[in-house]
Amino acid sequence: MTTGSPLPVPHAPRAEAVVIGASAGAVDALSVILPALPEGYPLPVMVVVHVPPNKKSIMAELFRNKCRVDVREADDKEPLAPGTVYFAPPDYHLLVEPDRRLSLSSEEPVHYSRPAIDVLFESAADAFGPALVAVLLTGASSDGACGLKAVCDAGGAALVQHPDEAAMPTMPRAGIAACPKASVMYLEQIAGHLRDLGRRP
Amino acid sequence: MDLDTVLDKTEDIELRLLLDAIYRRYHYDFRGYSMASITRRLRQAREHFGCRTLSQLQDRVLHDPAVLPELLSYLTVQVSELFRDPPYFRAIRERVVPHLRTYPSLKVWVAGCSAGEELYSLAILFREEGLEERTMFYGTDINPEAIRKAEAGVYEIERLPLFTENHRLSGGKSSLSDYYTAAYGAAVFDKTLRRRAVFSDHSLVTDAVFAEVHLVSCRNVLIYFDRQLQDRAVGLFKDSLVRKGFLGLGAKESLRFNAHADAFAEFARDERIYQKRGAS
Ligand SMILES: C[S@@+](CC[C@H](N)C(=O)[O-])C[C@H]1O[C@@H](n2cnc3c(N)ncnc32)[C@H](O)[C@@H]1O
Repeated sequence: MTTGSPLPVPHAPRAEAVVIGASAGAVDALSVILPALPEGYPLPVMVVVHVPPNKKSIMAELFRNKCRVDVREADDKEPLAPGTVYFAPPDYHLLVEPDRRLSLSSEEPVHYSRPAIDVLFESAADAFGPALVAVLLTGASSDGACGLKAVCDAGGAALVQHPDEAAMPTMPRAGIAACPKASVMYLEQIAGHLRDLGRRP
Repeated sequence: MDLDTVLDKTEDIELRLLLDAIYRRYHYDFRGYSMASITRRLRQAREHFGCRTLSQLQDRVLHDPAVLPELLSYLTVQVSELFRDPPYFRAIRERVVPHLRTYPSLKVWVAGCSAGEELYSLAILFREEGLEERTMFYGTDINPEAIRKAEAGVYEIERLPLFTENHRLSGGKSSLSDYYTAAYGAAVFDKTLRRRAVFSDHSLVTDAVFAEVHLVSCRNVLIYFDRQLQDRAVGLFKDSLVRKGFLGLGAKESLRFNAHADAFAEFARDERIYQKRGAS
């Protein structure tokens, strides 16, 4: 675990994709991160937020007007495009295929949640290996911890929101425990880091 | 290449060999399924069977056929509900049924019917709409356990509040309780609902068209297939449907990336219902 403010962040060489997981407090946290992504951002960003399965999706609509990148709900077998934020639809798991298309699944909930962060992170770790950056944010769950470990094990970079700042520190704490190599950061730092990933040649 | 990458590649090799073994030995073909989800479920199966590697699991399944049914429960996803996604059934009722009424006899194919929830939903809807007597329902799946359950038509009573609410939201004209009797923690559905239903083993991957039908309902099956398999399955639906017949997909499925997209017109966009075009 690394703490403190100006940090040299150990990140993946040539990041090719970003995955983000958040639960309780997600909207406020994502409101710091997603609008910070600049127009022409070169990476795809996949996001799982724990939402009730009442089948009405709001996340993509909520963020579409606040962001300079394209924001949408993921479609099955959609090829990943740069500069696009994909939200998992309510009641489906979101996964990345080895050929870097998205796929959806209605298999059992994980940690009582569908979509589950672990499912996205683990499949993205398989698909992108060291070229993945995973971000685990606020939440009152332990979802995402196994996924974050899978990302680290595959050589990818793990960023966790500082538990002191998180609306719900349970999920960040579980992530740090499962993945001690993770960089612990405040939201503004995470936003800055993701923005910088896009600037690298 | 570091060790982790080497290990990942090894698992990838094992996974493909395992799927190949299952195909050669038992003729279940999962080789073209969406690999992300299959990988996840096979890792779960590996743990469940106490195997250290997928190669060990391959050894087990090749030499012990008794392992196969349980492994199939990992390889196929059996999540379903009666009247799952009520707006879909409402669109069938309000928009598709008026077209179906114009045919003197009807055939409906529920492909990937799981334990029968979707087929019973349509059977109830067709009874409510007065179409049941002229309709034959075909429910197909590759999971023998699912087909057995579908033929029995018995569901855990805990699931009924959700089913009842779904049925109401779908525009149900009767009470769902008219169609089942509760006994010993189970809801036993009315046998007359399956008087006109046939459940059988059929794979969208390896089998051919078996009937000419007016409506295909294939929901939450295509998401488990890669694009080539999706093309094959939708090709079967196209060949099976009458001119102007209907194809209903799951709430997050579409023909957007499908090779046969041009053969269909969007009929109810949000509910993912398509209509086969007339001869062109
Ligand atoms: C998630 S369930 C969908 C159940 C139902 N259609 C629904 O939407 O609620 C997927 C079903 O597809 C079946 N299936 C998987 N591969 C298949 C294949 N190749 N051919 C036919 N059915 C298949 C599985 O056994 C499972 O019952």
